[in-house]
Amino acid sequence: MKRSKGLSLLLSVLLVLALGTLAFSQEKGTIEIFSWWTAGGEAEGLQALFDIYNRLYPDIEIINATVAGGAGAHAKAVLKTRMLGGDPPDTFQVHAGKELIDTWVKTGFMEPLTDLFQSEGWVDVMPQGILDIVSYEGDYWSVPVNIHRANVLWYNKQIFADNGLNPPQTFDEFFEIADKLQEQGIIPLTMGTKDGWEAAHVFETVLIAKLGAEGYSGLWTGETKWSDPGVTEALETFKKMVTYVNPDHAAFTWDEAYEYIIDGKGAMGIMGDWVAGYFFSKEYTDFGWVPVPETAGIFDALSDSFGLPKGCKNRDNVINFLKVLGSKEGQEAFNLKKGSIPARTDVDRDLFGDYQKSVMEDWEKDVIVPSVMHGAAAAEGWVTEFKDVISLFVARPDIEVTQKALVQVAERAGVAQ
Amino acid sequence: MKKTRGEKILTFLFILPSVILIAVFVYGFIGWTGWISLTKWKDVVPDFTFVGFKNYIDLFHNLRFQIGLKNILVFTVLFLVVSIAIGLLLAILLDRKVRFENVFRSIYLFPMAISFIVTGVVWRWMLNPGTATTGSLGINMLLDKIGLGFLKSGWYTDPNVGIKAVVIPAVWQMSGYVMAMYLAGIRGIPQELSEAAQVDGASNWQVYRYIILPLLQPITLGAVIILTHISLKIFDLVVAMTGAGVGFSCDVPALFMYDTTFRGNFFAQGAAIATILLIFVAILIIPYLRHGLREGS
Repeated sequence: MKRSKGLSLLLSVLLVLALGTLAFSQEKGTIEIFSWWTAGGEAEGLQALFDIYNRLYPDIEIINATVAGGAGAHAKAVLKTRMLGGDPPDTFQVHAGKELIDTWVKTGFMEPLTDLFQSEGWVDVMPQGILDIVSYEGDYWSVPVNIHRANVLWYNKQIFADNGLNPPQTFDEFFEIADKLQEQGIIPLTMGTKDGWEAAHVFETVLIAKLGAEGYSGLWTGETKWSDPGVTEALETFKKMVTYVNPDHAAFTWDEAYEYIIDGKGAMGIMGDWVAGYFFSKEYTDFGWVPVPETAGIFDALSDSFGLPKGCKNRDNVINFLKVLGSKEGQEAFNLKKGSIPARTDVDRDLFGDYQKSVMEDWEKDVIVPSVMHGAAAAEGWVTEFKDVISLFVARPDIEVTQKALVQVAERAGVAQ
Repeated sequence: MKKTRGEKILTFLFILPSVILIAVFVYGFIGWTGWISLTKWKDVVPDFTFVGFKNYIDLFHNLRFQIGLKNILVFTVLFLVVSIAIGLLLAILLDRKVRFENVFRSIYLFPMAISFIVTGVVWRWMLNPGTATTGSLGINMLLDKIGLGFLKSGWYTDPNVGIKAVVIPAVWQMSGYVMAMYLAGIRGIPQELSEAAQVDGASNWQVYRYIILPLLQPITLGAVIILTHISLKIFDLVVAMTGAGVGFSCDVPALFMYDTTFRGNFFAQGAAIATILLIFVAILIIPYLRHGLREGS
């Protein structure tokens, strides 16, 4: 009796297992899409892409694998353990540029997508600047879905009008305005530094201002030395800027700090153009924008993209998803929600708002430089250490020590100084 | 009863699977981490070139690591002293045969059942100092309302407070556990000892000072060990509550380890931090284990 009980237990376990595999093999097919888009406009943008994909391929089930966390901090950790453990998601979000090339392409984790770029005609509709940052050794490695601009100064129009001010073109003007605003009891520059990267983002734009497009880009290739007096000047300027920032910046993420601007308590902020999406989601429209002082004519760019990892389980489904991602329809649907501009230049501009239209114009005529805090300009190790140095500088603004640290960080990243 | 040879082999066979599993998945990986910390692996692709103790030397020159070490020291000392003081006090009070002892005991012990992540999020809100826009929030608002406004602080947003603000939720969570340990210890002391002292005319204070406290020494040692190893490994509470803070004022080595390994791809450096943390914990635990083993035999 006892034995037969054990036997039946064993049999039922086997049955369950068999049914499980059966059910699994009967599924029509899935695609697992990995990203860190969980907030406001970005999640809606992703959903818009899913909707198109579902319409075209109704049999395929989409697994939306998101890991929340600003700038993908936690998502990237999960992604790395999965990739190194031989369990890659079918496709994943990655910043185009060094983050894509140095972390995943050079190390042999990705499949090239050159054939897809040619058959879909993307080489003709995407600008060279963006094609360059997804290529390595003559191949294309990921499909860019959008372009963001990082060097934007946002301001509260009402405050500027009330005080008879014009948005600053230079840092001299910026500090003049900041002094006037401070006298009025208004926070001149709002910033939230809780996640650790926001201060470095602002500093990146100051570097561009002080070194120019070529000098700034050279920092990441070794053509500009980090001991350059331009870097010293940028640190001096940034140090002075920090004195005009809301003192409680450590309690906020970037978006929480922008509440000050919406409430009319803060006047200006420097951040990428996801701010536009944030303002819209808060139904705030009375904002103005100009390039960060002394960076007019320069476009500090970053781009989100998706690639094809080697050994993914549903290769055909991924190819189809990438086709949707690169299509005119897909790029329009996504970027309308996300607040960025499409990587393709042949989209219908009338669909987009004033801000996005102005960015599209700048994108065509400006000099394009890669953003460092958002993965385009330097390898992840360098970015992490750069971010840490600037984070410290905000609390301990010692210019000499910081510049030395920046030189060391560059040397460790393998760029001779 | 002496074991036969067959029984000995059987015993050995029974513990063999767990010995193998622990050898591989605990000690094997500790050894692996130690080995990685001596290589120059700093990419998603492993690079096992041997570099000796370079990673360790670099680490001790790293400002963020130095700050983290200082923070973990401050955190550990404050966390230990305050948790043990509060735990002991609660245990002594509960031992006074109060009514509803069970209820109080559960209330004090409950926080321990919560994950540090939950504690961290809740205390992040409670210790949010508030701004000019919102006015005081959380604890600061409470202090305002009860007329203790001068005690208001920027808490974790103030670089001078930083990690000390994280001590508050850690103590809140763990002091109940210390209380439970002490309460069990006090209950384990034979009544006759304190009664005899009282007959000899000892005051309550003297009974605690000269009889109970000395007899609680092993408990204190146990509490110190447990709390210190929790404190050295602290990660989840800091991540959920503050992150690295202004100028790394809330940073701890475990958080740096996560950052440098998974954001920066410095796998060797991450392994070196892990090894240093292991050594710290080992310095503490090994004498305790040896002490315990000697007493056991």
